[in-house]
Amino acid sequence: MAEVLLFNALRDAIDEEMAHDATVLVMGEDVGQYGGSYKVTKGLYEKYGNLRVLDTPIAENSFTGMAVGAAMTGLKPIIEGMNMGFLLLAFNQIANNAGMLPYTSGGNFTMPMVIRGPGGVGRQLGAEHSQRLEAYFQAVPGLKIVACSTPYNAKGLLKSAIRDPNPVLFFEHVLLYNLKEHIPDEDYCLPLNRAEVVHPGKDVTLLTYSRMRHHVLQALKTLTQEGFNPEVIDLISLKPLDFETIGASIRKTHRVIIVEECMRTGGIGAELIASINERFFDELDAPVVRLSSQDIPTPYNGMLESLTIVQPQQIVTAVKEMMALQV
Amino acid sequence: MVQERILPQFSSTQVKLSRKEGLTLYEDMVLGRYFEDKCAEMYYRGKMFGFVHLYNGQEAVSSGVIKAMRADDYVCSTYRDHVHALSAGVPAREVMAELFGKATGCSKGRGGSMHLFSAEHNLLGGFAFVAEGIPVATGAAFQSKYRREVLGDASADQVTACFFGDGASNNGQFFECLNMATLWKLPILFVVENNKWAIGMAHDRATSDIEIYRKGPAFGMPGVEVDGMDVLAVWATAQDAIARARAGEGPTLIEALTYRFRGHSLADPDELRSKDEKDHWFAQDPIKRFQTYLIEQNLANQDELKAIDQKIQMRVEEAVKFAEESPDPDPSELYRYVFVDESKS
Repeated sequence: MAEVLLFNALRDAIDEEMAHDATVLVMGEDVGQYGGSYKVTKGLYEKYGNLRVLDTPIAENSFTGMAVGAAMTGLKPIIEGMNMGFLLLAFNQIANNAGMLPYTSGGNFTMPMVIRGPGGVGRQLGAEHSQRLEAYFQAVPGLKIVACSTPYNAKGLLKSAIRDPNPVLFFEHVLLYNLKEHIPDEDYCLPLNRAEVVHPGKDVTLLTYSRMRHHVLQALKTLTQEGFNPEVIDLISLKPLDFETIGASIRKTHRVIIVEECMRTGGIGAELIASINERFFDELDAPVVRLSSQDIPTPYNGMLESLTIVQPQQIVTAVKEMMALQV
Repeated sequence: MVQERILPQFSSTQVKLSRKEGLTLYEDMVLGRYFEDKCAEMYYRGKMFGFVHLYNGQEAVSSGVIKAMRADDYVCSTYRDHVHALSAGVPAREVMAELFGKATGCSKGRGGSMHLFSAEHNLLGGFAFVAEGIPVATGAAFQSKYRREVLGDASADQVTACFFGDGASNNGQFFECLNMATLWKLPILFVVENNKWAIGMAHDRATSDIEIYRKGPAFGMPGVEVDGMDVLAVWATAQDAIARARAGEGPTLIEALTYRFRGHSLADPDELRSKDEKDHWFAQDPIKRFQTYLIEQNLANQDELKAIDQKIQMRVEEAVKFAEESPDPDPSELYRYVFVDESKS
């Protein structure tokens, strides 16, 4: 068990998969000689050469479309969005081509590709660099959407994403790259469709993902000290959602709070609430509550920015309010 | 009289065409023409739906380029894709069945007119949005290079032909991919079928330099202008470009000057194009021109060509019969092909 930083865990995942399968390649802006803007591909250019770690011009729609063509003809490209927000420029290639083409082609072509990179609200990066594209992409059929949150799951999930024959949108968080954790030395993969029960509990189910997992865990400390025992679930798979794990928790707690970094309107939480109501309404003792980012472009000012996303104290308050409800 | 670009002169004496090659080109063009005429008939009879874009008039481009390629080369098309699919070898019955939405269609009834695919024939699509196929084709060409240079597969010398229209040549993906194709010396032919009109937008109202082929050298690749109504000229031009690509010498931009004999789609009232303009181009009908050539060169006689026409007519009739008699997709398979996992189960 070596202690590894999250960005290095991701690099190890890519390195191992490239070593084990010569059809795996990386494409994107500054992924090669520069080593990636967050150093996720550092050293791979030297090791695998300029075609397997392809520095592309700044042409998101075209290099993403190129990856689609490469995937259709038998390669397994990993696209790095230098910042996931840039991939809005490739929305058509991700949605119409990567997501839908295997279906519209009637199974003629498969799309073994991974689209990964840093998303989320960082530290005063401004609105365009602070996107949560998972909410925008969740309606696209044919895409799997995964968000990693720890060095351990980052590595195991990315390896599975690379091996998956379907297109996987893989979200990292710009503020989690330097997380440290002891992870296994041996080869391991983690399932793309399973949520992770981070902390078992019984009072209320806290559903979260990506960086908000860590805000929830901060809130958990306070809540535990005050005698509450919430169950914390990291969704990991944002599409499809793991309703087996979610349902088992709801049958135990009968209460749900969603903590997400995407915006409230049309967010992951919106879909979760609708689905939970459809599937588990009779199990609920209280309406599902969601704590989301404000419906605004992320402001630059640090104070305004912190007001935009959910803070641990709000989670504490929401849990207490829900537990205070007479049911 | 309409002002038209002067079609580049091409001397057929430059080409050595065998009888077999000549008849292959002829048959392919006739297939494209009859198939599309039949589509119009079937559309008006309510047998196919949606947007249907016919290729009449442009046959020399599809046949001239694709018949100069190998069966294992790649073809990437647009929403006007029926005839590219046929030239690439997708059986007429599978294309017709797809247009009828049937389970036996080349895209299993999931795609329709603008989404024709065939992995078996290396047909990458069928791309319904203007210019979106260009990056995909560039990716297929990159794959050939990767296979040869990274995977050490010496036989990986496949070339990709990427077809698109004059409208697409004003889109960023066109410029971005020209840049990358030269940068990495990719084995690809960018084939612009300049039919002068992007629906109702005349080419000269949409672009800063109407001579699209001149944009090739700006990106460090040869740009070639060719008479797109002369299958021999297209065929010879394609052969040069394919040889260059296969030899690792990189991409070529080919601008084929052509014309669609019908509206943009079967839903287009086609009100903007003048009768003079249409008459000018109808007189260039690539099939009639090639018939004359074949007969003049003693490569075939009238009766032989008629026999081909009849054979193709029967093939198209058979395709309609096949499509009509084919089953709809199984409703229980509505979700099939969304993910690889589901399609296996």
